[in-house]
Amino acid sequence: MNDMFGKGILRGLGVSLKRFFETYLDDLAWMGKRYRTDEGIAHRGGKDARGIFTVQYPEEKIPVPEEFRCVPFLVYDEDINGLKQMRCTSCGICAKVCPPQCIWIVRSADPSTGRPIPDPAQFTIDADICMNCGLCAEFCPFDAIKMDHDYELASGMRNIYNMDRLSKSAKYYEYIRPVNAKRENTYRAAKAASRAERAE
Amino acid sequence: MATPAPLSSSEFSQRDISLLNTRYPGALTPDGRSGYSGWIIDQSQLLGVATALRDDLGFDYLSSVTAVDYLPQNQMEVVYHIYRTTGGPGVVFKVQIPREEKMEIPSLVPIYPGAELQEREAWDLFGVKFIGHPDLRRIFMWEGFAGHPMRKDWHEPYFEEEAKPLKSRWPEGRPVSAESKNQYGDNISYPDGFEPKGQIFNPEKALYDALQEYSKDEIGLETDRIIVNMGPQHPSTHGVFRIAVLLDGEKILNLKPVMGYLHRNHEKIGERNTYNMNMPYTDRLDYLSSMSNNFGYALAVEKMMNIKPPDRAEYIRVIMAEMTRISNHLMAIGALLNDLGAFFTPMLYALEERELILDIFEAVAGSRMMCNYFRFGGVARDLPDGTLQKIKDLSFERLPRKMDEIERFLSENEIIRARGIEQGVLTAENAIRYSAAGPLLRASGIPYDVRRAEPYSIYDRFDFDVAVRQNGDIYDRLMIRFEEIHQSIRIIQQAVKQIPDGPIMAMKPVYQVRVPPGESYGRVEGPKGELGFYIISNGKPNPWRYHVRAPSFINLTSFGPMCIGHKVADVVAVLGSIDIVLGEVDR
Repeated sequence: MNDMFGKGILRGLGVSLKRFFETYLDDLAWMGKRYRTDEGIAHRGGKDARGIFTVQYPEEKIPVPEEFRCVPFLVYDEDINGLKQMRCTSCGICAKVCPPQCIWIVRSADPSTGRPIPDPAQFTIDADICMNCGLCAEFCPFDAIKMDHDYELASGMRNIYNMDRLSKSAKYYEYIRPVNAKRENTYRAAKAASRAERAE
Repeated sequence: MATPAPLSSSEFSQRDISLLNTRYPGALTPDGRSGYSGWIIDQSQLLGVATALRDDLGFDYLSSVTAVDYLPQNQMEVVYHIYRTTGGPGVVFKVQIPREEKMEIPSLVPIYPGAELQEREAWDLFGVKFIGHPDLRRIFMWEGFAGHPMRKDWHEPYFEEEAKPLKSRWPEGRPVSAESKNQYGDNISYPDGFEPKGQIFNPEKALYDALQEYSKDEIGLETDRIIVNMGPQHPSTHGVFRIAVLLDGEKILNLKPVMGYLHRNHEKIGERNTYNMNMPYTDRLDYLSSMSNNFGYALAVEKMMNIKPPDRAEYIRVIMAEMTRISNHLMAIGALLNDLGAFFTPMLYALEERELILDIFEAVAGSRMMCNYFRFGGVARDLPDGTLQKIKDLSFERLPRKMDEIERFLSENEIIRARGIEQGVLTAENAIRYSAAGPLLRASGIPYDVRRAEPYSIYDRFDFDVAVRQNGDIYDRLMIRFEEIHQSIRIIQQAVKQIPDGPIMAMKPVYQVRVPPGESYGRVEGPKGELGFYIISNGKPNPWRYHVRAPSFINLTSFGPMCIGHKVADVVAVLGSIDIVLGEVDR
């Protein structure tokens, strides 16, 4: 290089300076709506964003995409009387596919005959061991276990979740994952219809 | 007279075989086990055959060395994968020895110095002693550790069963936490005849002794030499990595990487896991490029299962793998600049673009870093609505623009040039000898890229150049990453244009796949270099052997030679230019 020494540094500093001003230009262009609004957050994560990207968590939160996964929960349906109907049949596939083996299931048994019945007596997930891989939700044949969107899980002790803590309604599931829930519901309705047809 | 096995994937021509057979009669036997390929070499002739393979047949690149414990057959096997840096499929050869407490085979370090760390790993984890190895110490476990953990009869603390799924989880699964199992030290056992009381043990002695071995002829004056430990807790070592250096003043006389602080025996876990369970674990290897790790593992298992993903899945895979490469290289550039003292400004510029890529991963795979997206025979789910448009926006508009900006920001900077040019040089010859891979190898002038040398997936459909630079110094290793990002953008641009509609899985997803017995070595060009998975199946739901050829780990073989003669401050820069991730180094 026979140019002036330090030219490269100055050129680089020019880039920094440009970025510095871009933030303020963007602020002005958005008239103060760049922060704490949904559009503002979307803009900062978009292809045209300039200047700083920072999202001021926890005042601002980036909306999570539908597929986002964090610690499983159990889905229950509500029947006409408002009673919880667990979808889980305690078949144990989630416990068998779980890579860190953090799912523990006790299967119910008929008190008179001692034969197993498709209903979990205990369902425990050690959320500290869970690696959020989502394999349980992926392979559950009854759509009974799904991955949650709630990622604020800090607590002061071990997070060993029992069935009460894990159960969430199907409505909640439809709310966080509308596309998936719709697809699964149509599939299950079609299956039920064909079964009813065969029964007749 | 040996004849090639019908299943042999080894790319020996008949002429090569007859050459080896005439020169070393009886040394080569084709591996005839069903599902296996390659050659079994008589251990007394190993060095001779390896020299001939390297010098006469051109297999100059030793990719992977590992051991396999065949407990039922009472046999230990050391497996070598070698390739030509001019491209093409490789050769796998094995040495079999009876499985005993003390096993010895000749070391290949004199022929392929790239075997150094890998043979140490095999010694540490399997207890195979390599005679002739210059520095055979434990590498992941500490000196004084009892036993060799990868042996099949070695059991970890709280051992429950040989293989998952564990019976205690279902149908009578009442949770027990690991803390409650710890009986205040009751799980400690000592070897026979060992009395812990009164023992004085210095685990660092072997390391420091090894460090003192260096060529002494350069120094005329007798001066004090000091040993300095950098790390394991040091911001510039990119994790819990320790560097022990022997110094004369500020000049480095010898350098040894010390690792294992993040060792969790990934391979042992992998052998306990079923095939599907391993997929999320591969994310945790090189946690900056989990999609590539998924890719390599999926390829290895698919090879054995003999399935091929549908077209759409292949395109999605390539797009994801290339985006991973971009995000990883951005991180590497940022971290290297941090190491050079450009504190955090370039890093954050790079992180911005990486953030946008991670947003796409999150939308597609559900997680930003631990993607767990690939399945055997396809991918976990199709691209959600709008994602393809986002990828297009990024690859056609934002990334090219921003990469130019970052390049303008950095490439002419005088400080970077002064710190980078002609520093930490790795010559082309040495790069091959030390089995360097990825950007490290290509920056030294060897245009070796698995995507071109032995195309996998659908990489033969894309038009891209293998980035290569000639000097092999820190600056070249920085600049080659920019070049690779541009090439990756090119591939993504082609892929998003060509991607067809269709299914994303070749078969119905099952929670326990059936893998026929045999071996397979699946390798991909990961962002850090050649990432290989060597898997042996015995037909059960769990792999019998699961080995990862980790590029970060093997690239460290050349770390010492690159630093010797430089100053301490350059160690940081050289390490940054290698670009390691400790999750993959230690496994």
